[in-house]
Amino acid sequence: MRKFTFNGVIGGGLIAALVITALIGVFWTPYDPSALGFTSRLAAPGAAHWLGTDEFGRDVASRLMIGARASVWIGCLTVAFAVVCGTLIGLISGYARGWVDGVIMAVNNALLAFPGILLALGLLAVFGANQYGIIFALGIAYTPSMARVVRGAVLSLREREFIEASRIMGNSEIYTMLRHILPNCLAPITVLATSMFGWAILSESALSFLGLGVPPPAPTWGNMLAAGRPFIEQAVWLGFFPGLCIALTLLGINLLGDALRDKLDPRMRGLK
Amino acid sequence: MTGSSLLSVRDLSLAVAHNGNQVVKNVSFDVGAGEIVGIVGESGSGKTLATRAIIGLMPPAVRHVGGTISYRGRDVLSLKDRDLRRLRGGEIGVVFQEPMTSLNPSMTIGRQLEEGLILHTKKSADERRADILDMLKRVGLSEPERALAAYPHEFSGGMRQRIMLASVMLLKPALLIADEPTTALDAVVQRDVMELMVELTKAEGTAVLLISHDLPMVARYTNRFVVMEKGVIVEQGTTEDILSAPEHPYTRKLLSSLPFRAAPRKLDMSRTPMVSARNIVVEYPGRKGLFRKQAPKRALHGVSVDIHVGEVVALVGGSGSGKTTLGRTIAGLVQQAEGEILFQGRERSADWRDYRLNCQMVFQDPYSSLDPRMTIQALVEEALRLVPDLDGAAKRKRALETLDEVGLGGDFANRYPHELSGGQRQRVAIARAIARRPKFLIADEPVSALDVTVRAQVLELFSDLQKRYGFSCLFISHDLGVVEQVADRVIVMQDGRIVEQGDRDRIFDQPQEAYTRKLLSAIPALDLNQTGGVTLKWRLEA
Repeated sequence: MRKFTFNGVIGGGLIAALVITALIGVFWTPYDPSALGFTSRLAAPGAAHWLGTDEFGRDVASRLMIGARASVWIGCLTVAFAVVCGTLIGLISGYARGWVDGVIMAVNNALLAFPGILLALGLLAVFGANQYGIIFALGIAYTPSMARVVRGAVLSLREREFIEASRIMGNSEIYTMLRHILPNCLAPITVLATSMFGWAILSESALSFLGLGVPPPAPTWGNMLAAGRPFIEQAVWLGFFPGLCIALTLLGINLLGDALRDKLDPRMRGLK
Repeated sequence: MTGSSLLSVRDLSLAVAHNGNQVVKNVSFDVGAGEIVGIVGESGSGKTLATRAIIGLMPPAVRHVGGTISYRGRDVLSLKDRDLRRLRGGEIGVVFQEPMTSLNPSMTIGRQLEEGLILHTKKSADERRADILDMLKRVGLSEPERALAAYPHEFSGGMRQRIMLASVMLLKPALLIADEPTTALDAVVQRDVMELMVELTKAEGTAVLLISHDLPMVARYTNRFVVMEKGVIVEQGTTEDILSAPEHPYTRKLLSSLPFRAAPRKLDMSRTPMVSARNIVVEYPGRKGLFRKQAPKRALHGVSVDIHVGEVVALVGGSGSGKTTLGRTIAGLVQQAEGEILFQGRERSADWRDYRLNCQMVFQDPYSSLDPRMTIQALVEEALRLVPDLDGAAKRKRALETLDEVGLGGDFANRYPHELSGGQRQRVAIARAIARRPKFLIADEPVSALDVTVRAQVLELFSDLQKRYGFSCLFISHDLGVVEQVADRVIVMQDGRIVEQGDRDRIFDQPQEAYTRKLLSAIPALDLNQTGGVTLKWRLEA
């Protein structure tokens, strides 16, 4: 096995750190994340509170660790939802063509034309603002772009002769789709999925910021970022650290995604 | 080869900049005024690169490391960009291989032809128009006035290449560099374009440097040619000398790789045909709009074909003749509108499973017919997936055996398609098709994407396997040379109909129909002599 590239190692390291932090947060945090401390409100980062405290005196580091769990969970499930649904829809649409494709793509384009965050807002209004409502709403908002990308890949693949070769061998359509078309779509799917993970965390932040995300006092990076806004001048760490966490996670995911795509593709092996 | 030659290349060496690999080594040749000189070589021989250097259009990754190129006594390599531009087009014209991409699709033909005239001459608009119309007429466009306002996509490949030729010859260059000018065209059109090119350049006194992998074609039109291999000129001389007594082993290999007629075989034609297609009609649906309906386009007009047990039947014809459509219909990739296809005397739809097990196909393009994400072994094993009565171990064994048979034994099994050359990939495709021991094989242009020497090896492999397993085969090809080597019987198609069919020797020696004669006039009859040379005899169109 070839070693990962430098970028891949950095990305993998960042994501590993994130997952470990989130896991530790399940069992142990420096302070109780919801314990109020009126004597230490808006304390600057220091020995007692590594990343400072918020306006209620809660420990920012502890809250970030708990928040990581919610953010990662939401990111993973949203992406999983969009990948599974989008790939399925894209495969069917691209492979069936004809009127099936026409109908699916008409609905898909209508959804695409609708701003994702607005769609999610509307869905959240219906399903209620909680963790799974967010996952469902964002998943639906992201599915159309995944479906579109997969359909494009399928359309170009199905004209290739190895797909015809598979038909001539007598393989069923389902087998051909799963054995030959799907694996060859993996590259665009991986790339899109990793950027989606980033969008999901950001959108969750945005929704929390708008008050439609995970309701307080449960911490997520997004609602921490939102809560830090009024104090940006007195206590910059309130907004800075959640923002930094989001940025590093996105960076890690993107680097890891690129490395994974190259690693999964036999054509890229032996190059460079 | 006089001192007053038009173009003189001396010890030219070119190297890849970043690793210093020499891709062209000490190449020297001359082109005299009005002379036609050929450069023959396979892909990677450096023939294109060497000629690009003449007009100063080397790719940026390639550096000039030695030697000179002089044109009319001037050193081309030291010319400034300004002077080079004057040379290109004005003095030295170039016709590229791909007529589909060498014309700008968003400009009318008239504008494109005028461009060069504006750049290189001081003619008035009326004179330019008159010149262009005259040239378009000379290259055989029936309605030059209309062509002026037309866009490239309105013309066929052959017509585009004629227009390309017109645009170059308009400027009356002293030297024309033709880089595989007809490779992308089918055999008959190929010959027409070549004849036109030779006729025009002869009339204008233009010298031609003809670059091609097609040795007979080069031999037909040149007096002198150069053979290149891996960046080196291995042999050069007059066409007659090289053909009759080649000196270098590579030249001999090239000549012996040309397709020669094999001895005719006796086949038992009395048994039920393996496959018979009866009155096949295939239609491609027209566009259905909201307000108008286009009539469906008929690709095949009731074609009947019998392929007997152990027989290799060649299907030949130009592009658009319907030969590929017929092959795909018999393979079951295209649904026929009318007609029936019998397999061993029974309608094939009676038992599709059995038909699929026994009918396999080899595709033209080895770059797209193999799933890039599967190893070679997995590709061949997949073909055995649906074969009954074979367990996993037996399938693996059969796959490895078959790979061995096509000359890809050992560690090839674990490689991926992108790690193989074109010829090796086509071997994999053949292995995949024969792994099931099919009774019937459809081969759609299986060797036309391959280099000459590789093509010869793959054809030989194909013939060996055919003899060993005795499968019947429908061999689709536009290259009559290849057909002459492998086929028992030949079917000639044109415009979705069968024009003529018969035993190979009969078709090649006594063609009855005009279209068959036209196809045959594009390829030579070859005879190998004792010294490893060949004699080419061109069949004349009656």
